[in-house]
Amino acid sequence: MSGRGDDNHKVLDVRGLCTRFFTSAGVARAVDEVALSLQRGKTLGLVGESGCGKSVTALSIMRLVPDPPGRITSGEILLDGQDLASLSEKRMREIRGREVAMIFQEPMTSLNPVFTIGNQLIEAIRVHEDLSKSQARRLALEMLERVGIPNPAERLSNYPHQLSGGQQQRVMIAMAISLNPRLLIADEPTTALDVTVQAQILKLLDELRREFSIGILFITHDMAVIAQTADDVAVMYAGRIVETADVFSLFKAPRHPYTRLLFESIPTEKARGSRLRTIKGTVPPLTHLPRGCNFQKRCPLAIERCIEEDPTLREIAGGHLSACHRAEEVEELMR
Amino acid sequence: MTSNGTVVEVRGLKKHYPVRQGVFSRVAGSVRAVDGVSFSIARGRTFGLVGESGCGKTTCARAALRLVEPTEGDIFINGTNILSLSGKHLRRARRGFQIIFQDPYASLNPRMTVGAIIGEGLKVHRMASRRERRRRVTELLERVGLSAGAAGRYPHEFSGGQRQRIGIARALALSPAFLVCDEPVSALDVSISAQIINLLKDLQEETQMSYLFISHDLNLVEYICDEVAVMYLGRIVEQAHAEVIYERAMHPYTRALLAANPLPDPEKRREKILLGGAVPNPASPPQGCHFHPRCDAADEACRLQYPKLVEIGGGHLVACHMVDQKSKTSQ
Repeated sequence: MSGRGDDNHKVLDVRGLCTRFFTSAGVARAVDEVALSLQRGKTLGLVGESGCGKSVTALSIMRLVPDPPGRITSGEILLDGQDLASLSEKRMREIRGREVAMIFQEPMTSLNPVFTIGNQLIEAIRVHEDLSKSQARRLALEMLERVGIPNPAERLSNYPHQLSGGQQQRVMIAMAISLNPRLLIADEPTTALDVTVQAQILKLLDELRREFSIGILFITHDMAVIAQTADDVAVMYAGRIVETADVFSLFKAPRHPYTRLLFESIPTEKARGSRLRTIKGTVPPLTHLPRGCNFQKRCPLAIERCIEEDPTLREIAGGHLSACHRAEEVEELMR
Repeated sequence: MTSNGTVVEVRGLKKHYPVRQGVFSRVAGSVRAVDGVSFSIARGRTFGLVGESGCGKTTCARAALRLVEPTEGDIFINGTNILSLSGKHLRRARRGFQIIFQDPYASLNPRMTVGAIIGEGLKVHRMASRRERRRRVTELLERVGLSAGAAGRYPHEFSGGQRQRIGIARALALSPAFLVCDEPVSALDVSISAQIINLLKDLQEETQMSYLFISHDLNLVEYICDEVAVMYLGRIVEQAHAEVIYERAMHPYTRALLAANPLPDPEKRREKILLGGAVPNPASPPQGCHFHPRCDAADEACRLQYPKLVEIGGGHLVACHMVDQKSKTSQ
């Protein structure tokens, strides 16, 4: 994809990441040989349906995979060149929040209901920064103001339930960026919000990304949100990245049958009057993945080779990678 | 069904909830969850209700089925005003209207087998003998794309998409003329959601059921609905044919909603944020037009008086002083 020369612009470079869950039903390959790369100040969208491993990928980067039953079994997670996968838990605690921050779908469950907003914000800042209470308070106020919370001083003494869903997410964002991280992982940050509030939050994240040159790993199942926010996109299926490209190439000419079918199953006005394309069958259990390609049983293009041989992610066109034996034919055959 | 093919007609539907305060639970006011909503749905058609959370769309649908008791209004289903019915007459009428819910996990009784869930309506209404019931359940299961063997299993053994199919089979059991679909695919993944949407479309084609379709997903509503009404704080602010709403929306709120709606196409990135603030507290909605505090075009009239929902031509209804003025001057 890119030469060695611009490697130092990569804020996040994940290589060969494997996360396994050791369950009574067998070993689940939740994240399998995942590679991601994100440049500073850019947004990388990670999309896929539930259970595809996108959230486990995020938790792996944060080193928050519940162990047991989960464990990162191999791979590198390079944050500005430093491998998070090999750090001690103590060192990792310093990095979380400070260099990598995360926001979630349900801001209400991420905020502690029995402490005030101010209490939680100031506490989060002081864990990492050697600041006095009043200095931390000033920073908290500044951040709340920056994320567009009206009357920030008053809000500091509010409890989470006194804020709307959109405002709670703004508080989470304020908390996440208050220590000026290089990487922000946003896991479905707008899924629980109404469209008008979603638009406000997406705009805010976009502004902050530019202003602070934060790299954002944006995780969602919503193709429309990805189309509107991401620079590059990685599509995940059954624990693997099946396709990755810049957002324009991906939407214009998907090179993996799964991506293509995903697009065609989205209802739009263009599809009015016609039936939606569906994907037959269901995602295979991660404990019992088929031989060959993980998508082979549901794929309209599957051939003998797909059952025999596991496809690897390879470059089809400039910067456009697909893990499909028939990637070159997808456009023609699925028209 | 009346002569013009109208299956459902709702007139001036209101649902107000009292707000109680103090030690003696004095009624201190009311939340007007649904405040004078009217619409009608023809046979084989789909009417969409859209709006942000708390706008009253779900309450409206439930009140239209008398699942919550409306405060005021008339609801004609197949020509019968179901608000005038009670007891066994109401129960009998209920065969004609059914609902499918958003959460396929919460809407099926976990202790009943799938067969018992689907056959319950037939049993309650004594519409089939045990053997006929079994046959009908098998038929319904196959129609919604499940195997006959599912009848003996329990809801937890099924995935979200399969459970939604069970919910649909249950609703179909009594061959209703009117089906309310309350966010039927919001909890499902896109590929699964497409299967359910196709199923709903096929069923409508076969049976000519009328759908009241509730969703916050504007792309989906545009795809599936014939007519769309946009709700804001308990009232319809704009209503028209789906194409008209999406191409020539007049109400500033509808426009803001559409502008905020992300499209699955990176070439069409929109200048986001047109609408500031959030939906106001429905217990104390703003005076005049409920939308005026968030509206750029608002003037004095908007602050004083709630605009009437008026037709501006071709069945396109809008409740906005500004649009009303414009259409008057242009005439």
